[in-house]
Order: sequence, then structure tokens, then C-alpha cells
Amino acid sequence: MSDTTMTARFVPNRLNSRASRILRSWESLLLVVAVGIFVLNSFASPYFLNAWNLSDATYNFTEKGMIAFAMALLIISGEIDLSVASIIALASTAMGLAVQYGAGTPELVVIGLTVGLLCGAFNAIFVTVLGLPSIVVTIGTMSLFRGISYIILGDGAYGGYPDSFAWFGQGYIYWVFTAEIGIFAVIAVIYGVVLHKTNFGRAVYAIGNNSTGALFSGIRVQRVKFILFLLTGLMSGVAAICLTSRLGSTRPSIATGMELNVVTMVVLGGINILGGSGSIPGVVIAAFVMGLVTFGLGLLNVPGIVMSIFIGLLLIGVIALPRLWTMLAAKRRSA
Amino acid sequence: MVLRHIPVREAILGAAILVLLGVVSTRFSGFISPANLANVFNDTAPLIILALGQMVVILTRCIDLSMAANLALTGMVVAMLNVAMPGLPIPVIIAVAILLGAAMGAVNGLLVWKLAIPPIVVTLGTMTIFRGIIFLISDGKWVNAHEMSTAFTGFSRAAFLGLPVLSWIAILTVIVFGVMMSRTALGRSIFAVGGNPHAAVYTGIDVGKTQFLAFVLSGALAGLTGYLWVARYAVAYVDIARGFELEVVAACVIGGISIAGGIGSVGGAVLGALFLGVVKNALPVVNISPFWQLAISGSAILIAVAFNARAGQTKGRIILKSTEGSV
Repeated sequence: MSDTTMTARFVPNRLNSRASRILRSWESLLLVVAVGIFVLNSFASPYFLNAWNLSDATYNFTEKGMIAFAMALLIISGEIDLSVASIIALASTAMGLAVQYGAGTPELVVIGLTVGLLCGAFNAIFVTVLGLPSIVVTIGTMSLFRGISYIILGDGAYGGYPDSFAWFGQGYIYWVFTAEIGIFAVIAVIYGVVLHKTNFGRAVYAIGNNSTGALFSGIRVQRVKFILFLLTGLMSGVAAICLTSRLGSTRPSIATGMELNVVTMVVLGGINILGGSGSIPGVVIAAFVMGLVTFGLGLLNVPGIVMSIFIGLLLIGVIALPRLWTMLAAKRRSA
Repeated sequence: MVLRHIPVREAILGAAILVLLGVVSTRFSGFISPANLANVFNDTAPLIILALGQMVVILTRCIDLSMAANLALTGMVVAMLNVAMPGLPIPVIIAVAILLGAAMGAVNGLLVWKLAIPPIVVTLGTMTIFRGIIFLISDGKWVNAHEMSTAFTGFSRAAFLGLPVLSWIAILTVIVFGVMMSRTALGRSIFAVGGNPHAAVYTGIDVGKTQFLAFVLSGALAGLTGYLWVARYAVAYVDIARGFELEVVAACVIGGISIAGGIGSVGGAVLGALFLGVVKNALPVVNISPFWQLAISGSAILIAVAFNARAGQTKGRIILKSTEGSV
């Protein structure tokens, strides 16, 4: 144990510490937190327990959540994609450009998804074919993708999306259930099944725990990673469609800083940032927790930038607290 | 073996900068006049200082994405300090800026050292926290030029031997870091920690503590730059230098500092920063919209990292490639 703490790649020992039991029931702990925040919010503001307000509140996490599922798989496999928000910007810009040439809703959806896939493939080629570290590559493409949006749009904006396009970000499926929460739920189920019930999902875990071992077990490591980057790009494309549809306009600064929210959501959901463990239900609950916190603070008139302090503290806190706990427990045992 | 590679890489980068200057001068010959080059250097000085801090952190296999937020928070604090106490001498302001920046760096460093949290997570978190704190202390308001004292804003612009003080501070930082990296135990242990953490432990180097010190150094430089930035542009608000952390990482990557740690040089970081500085200043001269800047630095990162990875393949570290740097 003391040997592994020397390096930055610290892999917690999951077999014999008390924190491991907490981590193993991370989802249930998170669920308790979510219920607690829900109850606190309903006491803090009289406007909280209103079906339509709660329905609006889901927009706080649906778009980020869609990306978070793909990001969860990517992080479990030991990679990361920091360019997701910039992919949204580029996909949104491409859709806005297409509208200027009279594209309809079906074309816009195809364009949004295609740009997302292409951006994902671009990242994937750098990481899997050229073998470069994903963090640097996606920091680079983070500038590049948004940079292209700035080149196309400058300080301008695209608008004039067709009326039927508004359904994705503003429509309802049934009563208070929005189209976005529907898309979110479908994606959650798909990713849950893929990660937890298929060979592909097992391969993702195997790669995250020991990519060399996975390779020697016959898993095509680079191909799996390539697919994961494609999926992350695709999900960013879906999120771009929803966000653009909801806002009804495109600026190159759209979704700035969203990658941080997505990574926070994934980590809060109990996905090990070093890869190898985590679950989709955890990410779903984490999405609700973040949505509830943001919505609750919003009702209490807390400005957005102050909320980002909470998000930052949440991100560091959820990783730091279990480790502090382990350290204190170890100290108590030795004393 | 490693040392043999570095001068080549620096020579290529230096040649690239010269070619760039040559190309620009064909469009506008005044660009390479000494006075204009001095301006470009002065304009790039904050990036050079920050890149040196980032270099130290990256060499120890970490990354500091909170530098720009640290810069902005320190800048806001010293600007508000100046408004509250206009008589405060500049050396005190600078000391406050460096200490405050170092303290924020220490927060990053402690989380990385004591809790072994991946640096990217720590600094992504503190990046937003620092920005949020600026809003809390300033209430979202700006501190404008007319509220600052003339000594506060004048310091970094004052000319000394033909160059502004800002440029001299950058030159001084380069010299100090050059000596530190090559002549002190700390500098050598920074290389050792990044090159091979396990071997570093067996030679008696505390890896976590070295990473902590690297974060303190980068924080201190971000704090110093915070004051210089606010003084130079004579304005402080929540969003100053937003996104600049990526440009700093870009400067390091372009300068040949390996994101996997252990490989890099002060000269490389400076040249990487100068390359971006020349590009930035050349764009308006050759009639390209400044909106191209972001895409160009993104492409430069990708090209540089691909190029450096190919140069590094001869070193026989490929066996660990897929398990490294994937944080």
C-alpha cells in the first residue's frame, strides 16, 4: 500500500479497507445524498415541489448526463476526453451553418451526429493510432474544435432553426416528461446494458484495470478505445442537438466549461478516475444529485459562478473524502 | 541520451520561429524591427513566466490547469488591496501576489501529495473554485484603471535599459529557473521524479513532496503574473485570462516538454511560449482574424505532441506506452 502511494497513479486497494465497503455501496450512499438534497430543497424553497419546476430542473443535467455515460466508459477504460464541450460548439456551429442553406430538421440531426462522430474519430486516431496520451490530445482538440467555431462564426451567432427542430430541447413526451429526459433515459439504459451485460463492457473494465493483460487476453484494446472515443463524440453530437434546440441559437462560446461538469458527474457517480471501476446507475444518480443541487441553489438565488464553486468542491470532495477516511482509519489502527 | 535530443528539438523550434518571422517580414518588414520584436517579447512575457511554472509541474508527471484562475484571483486581490490601501509600496504588493499564488499552488500540491488525487482532477476543481472566489470577493464588479494608483499600474511598464520591467521580470525568471533546473538538488529531483518515480524513491527523493513543491512554484509564478497582468492591462475582473491555462500547456507541449514527465528544458518552454507569442502578434499583421488564434494553438499542440512522441520512440519506453499518461 505504502509502495503504491509513491506514484501519481495511485490505485486504491479494494480488498481489505473499510473505505472499500463504502465505495462498493457508493450508489446507495449517493442515493441517500440525492434524497437528502431533495428533502432539504423542498424545505428551503416553497417553489421546489412543483411538477413543472422539477421538469424544468431536469435540463440542468440531461445534456451533460448524455455525454457523461459515454465519458464514464471512456474513463473506466483509462482514457479521458476533455474536448466534449468543444465538440458541442463545433456540431452546433455546423448545424447553424446548415440552417443558413435551408436544412430541415432531419438534415440537422444527421449533421449534428456526423460532426460529433467525426470529432470523436479525430480524437481516436490521435490516441489509438498514433498512441498519444488522451489528455494532451483532447486539450489540443478542445482548442481546435472550438477554434474552428470561432473561425466560422467570429463574434456572430446563428439562429432561425426550423420550428420542428425545437422539439428536442423544448418538447414534451408525456405530461411533464421532456423529450430530453426521454432521450437521457434511453441512453442510460443502452449504456447500462452495454457496460454491465455485454462482452464489450467486460472488455472496457479489463482494459481499465490492466490494458496489457487485456491485450494478452485477446481484447483488441486500441479498437475498443477507438469505439469509446467515437461514442463520446456521438453523445456530444446528441447533446449538441438538444442544447442548440433548447437555446434556439448558436454562438462559438456555447457550452463553455461543460467538460468539467461532465467529468465531475462521472467521478461523483463513483467511476474511478484512474479507470477500472464504476457503474452506470451511479452516474444516473450523480446526474440527479448535480441537477438537484444546481436547481436548489438557483431557487435560492445563488449565481451560476458561485454554483461552480460547489461543483468544484464536489469534484475534489468525492475523491478526497474516501481517501481521508482510509488514511484516518489506517492511523487509528496503527495507534 | 535524453540530453542529446533536447538541443536538436530546441534548434528546430528556434528555426521555426525564425522562418515564421521571415515569412511575416515579407508581408510587413517593420515586424522584425528591434522595437517591434521587443514589443512582441513584452507581450509574451506573462506566457513565458507561466510556461516555466507549468513546465516544472509537467516534468513531475502532473498538470496544473488552475494557473489562469490563480492568476485572475491573485490579480483581483492585489487590485482590491491597491484600491483599499493606495499607499502600499509595490514590493509589498508583489510579495503578497507571490505568497497568495504559492498558497493556492500549495492547496493543489497538498491534495496531490497527501491524498494522491490525480492532478488533472484537483486542478480542474480548483480552477472553478478560484474563479468562483473572485466573484465572491469582487461581487462581480470590475476594478478599473482610474481606481488603481499610478505606481501600481506604472511598475510593469516602466522602462529600464530600453525594456519594460515586465520583460526584465520574465528574463530574470528564465535565468532563475535555468539555474534551478540545472544546478540545484530541487531541479534535478524534479527531473528524476518525472523520469522514473520508482528510481527516484530509491535515490532518496520524496516524490509527493517534489510534486508539491512543483505546484507551489507554479502557483507562485501564477500569482506574480497575476499582479503583472492586472497592472499591465489596468483592469481586474472575474474573467481575465480565462482559457489561458490551455495556452500555457500549449507553450510547454510545443516546447518539447513531455506530458509523461521527465523530459523538457527551460529553453524549450521559453521557445514554445515565444512561438505562440509570435503567431499571436503576427496574425493581425498578415490580415488573419484573431479568431484563428484558438484553432492555431490547438493545432500546434497536436502537431507538437505527435512530433515529440515520434522523437521519443527511439528511447525504448514504448513498452509502457499504453499504461502511461492516461490519467
